[in-house]
Amino acid sequence: MNIFRIVPNLIPGFVIAAVAVGILAPVKTLHAMDIRKVVSDKGIVAWFVPDTSVPLVAMSFAFRNAGSATDPDGKEGLAAMSSALLDEGAGELKSQAFQRALEEIAAQMSFSAGRDTFTGALRTLTAERAKAFDLLRLALNAPRFDDVPVKRIQSQMLASLRQQSKNPRKISGRLWSETVFPGHPYSKPSGGTEKTVATLTADDMKSFIRERFSRDRLIIGVVGDISEEELKQRLDSVFGDLPAQGPKFAIPEIKPAGGGKTLIVRKQIPQSIVVLGHAGLKRADPDWYVALLVTRIFGGGGLSSRLYAEIREKRGLAYSVYAYLSPMEHSALLAGGVATQNARTAESLSVIRAEWRKVAEQGITAKELEIAKTYMNGSFPLRLGSSRGIANMLVGIQISDLGMDYIKQRPSLIDSISLDDANRVAKRLYNADDLTVVIVGDPKGIDEKR
Amino acid sequence: MPAFLRTFSAACIVAMSGMMLPAVSVSAAVFSPKTFTLDNGLQVVVIENHRAPIVMQMLWYRVGAADEEPGESGLAHFLEHLLFKGTKTVKPGEFSRTIARIGGRDNAFTSYDFTAYFQRVAAHELETIMRLEADRMQNLVLTDEVVLPERDVVLEERRSRTDNSPAAQLREQVRRALYLNHPYGRPVIGWMSEIQQLTTENALAFYRKHYAPNNAMLIIAGDTTLEKVRALAEKYYGPIPRRAVPERVRPKEPPHRAARRVVLENERVTLPAWSRTHLAPSYGADEKGTGYALEVLAQVLGGGSTSRLYRKLVIERGIASNAGAWYSGDGLDYGEFGIYASPKAGGDIDALEKAVLEELAAAIKEGFKPADIDRAKRLMSAQAIYARDGIRAGPNSIGQAFTQGQTITDVEEWPERISAVTPEQVMAAAKAVIKRESSVTSILLPEAAK
Repeated sequence: MNIFRIVPNLIPGFVIAAVAVGILAPVKTLHAMDIRKVVSDKGIVAWFVPDTSVPLVAMSFAFRNAGSATDPDGKEGLAAMSSALLDEGAGELKSQAFQRALEEIAAQMSFSAGRDTFTGALRTLTAERAKAFDLLRLALNAPRFDDVPVKRIQSQMLASLRQQSKNPRKISGRLWSETVFPGHPYSKPSGGTEKTVATLTADDMKSFIRERFSRDRLIIGVVGDISEEELKQRLDSVFGDLPAQGPKFAIPEIKPAGGGKTLIVRKQIPQSIVVLGHAGLKRADPDWYVALLVTRIFGGGGLSSRLYAEIREKRGLAYSVYAYLSPMEHSALLAGGVATQNARTAESLSVIRAEWRKVAEQGITAKELEIAKTYMNGSFPLRLGSSRGIANMLVGIQISDLGMDYIKQRPSLIDSISLDDANRVAKRLYNADDLTVVIVGDPKGIDEKR
Repeated sequence: MPAFLRTFSAACIVAMSGMMLPAVSVSAAVFSPKTFTLDNGLQVVVIENHRAPIVMQMLWYRVGAADEEPGESGLAHFLEHLLFKGTKTVKPGEFSRTIARIGGRDNAFTSYDFTAYFQRVAAHELETIMRLEADRMQNLVLTDEVVLPERDVVLEERRSRTDNSPAAQLREQVRRALYLNHPYGRPVIGWMSEIQQLTTENALAFYRKHYAPNNAMLIIAGDTTLEKVRALAEKYYGPIPRRAVPERVRPKEPPHRAARRVVLENERVTLPAWSRTHLAPSYGADEKGTGYALEVLAQVLGGGSTSRLYRKLVIERGIASNAGAWYSGDGLDYGEFGIYASPKAGGDIDALEKAVLEELAAAIKEGFKPADIDRAKRLMSAQAIYARDGIRAGPNSIGQAFTQGQTITDVEEWPERISAVTPEQVMAAAKAVIKRESSVTSILLPEAAK
């Protein structure tokens, strides 16, 4: 029994495609969580939840305005490639030595390039924290970008891009982004293209981190078995020597385009992949929570949404069907998806369109609203079962600027939503005629509309 | 190990019938679980964790795809889907709607040796989920009206997971070739033509045959106590009568005498892939503890970027874009030891295979540096601490052990036993398991030019 590895050959019963309905949904029971704002001598700010129940420390952090949307034209994939190379050698330690050093202390370090933010995480045994924080300091302040690992990662990214070019899900995602965000940085593939990745160099990555790893962009959450005083020192050591500021990368606001289009990429595969959606709401929109509730009822996670009932339970049209809000820094989407055998794809699509129309025109019921509220308020603690979950939440609250009392305030924000609010927002948000639809497969009886 | 488990259960039935059993505290190495057994044979495990106000219930049945009769592949997984379709008192879909209303998450999964159901909810809702889960252990109601659409859902699931993916199709063929006689050679989800034939009667018969308290383990983890769980378990699970369940005696593998080779060419493949999978002993079926040595072998030979195969093939010789090894030792009857590699872009698969086999032979001939083995062992042992960061790992590990011929003690002592593995044991395991005649070599290729 390897307690760490995922079970092979396991068929999860009901995995709904990851449904990111908002970052947060707090509940009353969490008032007690002891969130502290720690400020180091050099002015590094972190939100910190002390916890000695397990001898480890978890830290999550993000640099804003540093994700793949900031990749320069012609250098798409730069943020992604940089994220893959930070732990491939830093300071005096070359790639293999750095990897070995992490393994010696069983520390877990990861970096990832999102669209708007560049994120990182460290999890270490308390006993090994000094070495772990020092390795993170090296990775962020002195990555080597040696020729050999750069070439290796580059060739792995190219291989993966070639593979993705034949993957129906990736094809649908790419076309969807290009259609709703034409000409905008959000339309560009975050992993780059074969053409751009092939040209990326160590110098590109050096300037990437020099310009983007600045203290004014930084947001940090820490959980675990470490004292506040020591944490301050670690923060200074890891982040204190980064530049105070870096250049701002202007990303224009964009309203999703493509409304009413239906695009089909013909592939001889047994099941068609459908992606669809239109404009959504940004996180700061005053109707955000209402939209979250309505979307939960319509197509949210779990085994009880309207789409789930109509598409899966009643008609057996799909294993997975979903809709979710996707707020971004400079745009917002309400998107959904389904995968159905080619012969019945048209039926799936027409049921989804009908439901989309119905929720706008007829709204939701009082009972649905009540259930969605108790879900939103009841589900929050589930995110707090692990150090990483809490650390990520601390970062999320700060990114959305929700305030330290957010957890306390949130339940009343949810509870105060009325049925009128919900139906007003359903009408405002859901517009079946505005849907952009992308299908990859060989669907029968559906015509393209360009 | 299976023998020990059976003895333990039997002793409880005979000696303790009608009495409240004392809770047995097992070694405190990892999860520190407490366990007791109800009169009807249901073993209950409690893993207290008071960090967040949440609880998780997992119910593990000792039945999976390897317990199906020939010709009815996919039945265990199909039944898992159908357990959400209602009971004498709970309407179809109501189970998941209730969980959603209280803000919980629920799901289920099926493998060769087990079917498991779980929910995570706020701690004060523990009674709700125990009542619901106990109810569907004996009161399932199925009609064609709910069963037939769900069969379509499973067919869509198969299309999504397998039929739309060349790599998944090849994995399915590899299993069929690896197991000459044992049901591990079938796909858990079932063959398309056999899923299509499954009926309501098949599902109910399978349910009555295998779903019984004496064929299950109930695990409750999180913010609760042994006493609370005991009271609720006796109230809801206690009245369910014990039933005779079939012994799990599966066909054995005959001697493997010929190496097998499976090749899949598909136009959607861009990156060729090579792998070799060997039949191996599993933890549960091997008295000699070979599994621990194989686990260390997989790590030092091919676990991550400092491993022998990655170093030699990817970094030093530059012939592969990726390379590694894995051990899957959780099966009740057999395990598998695999080696894999992908060529660099444009690289030749035959040259890659030759290089992998050279490096493998060299590794077995020369052995590994003690420092490398120590590092691998430390890394794996540290997983025990990370596994305690959250409430999911404990129920997962213990449930898998229970259904796959291991004990709670095996889980708790896993880190110690890994630490105790010697370099000699690693080499002996390598020589015993890495044999061509008990292997399947699989090759995934772009469609040959015509």
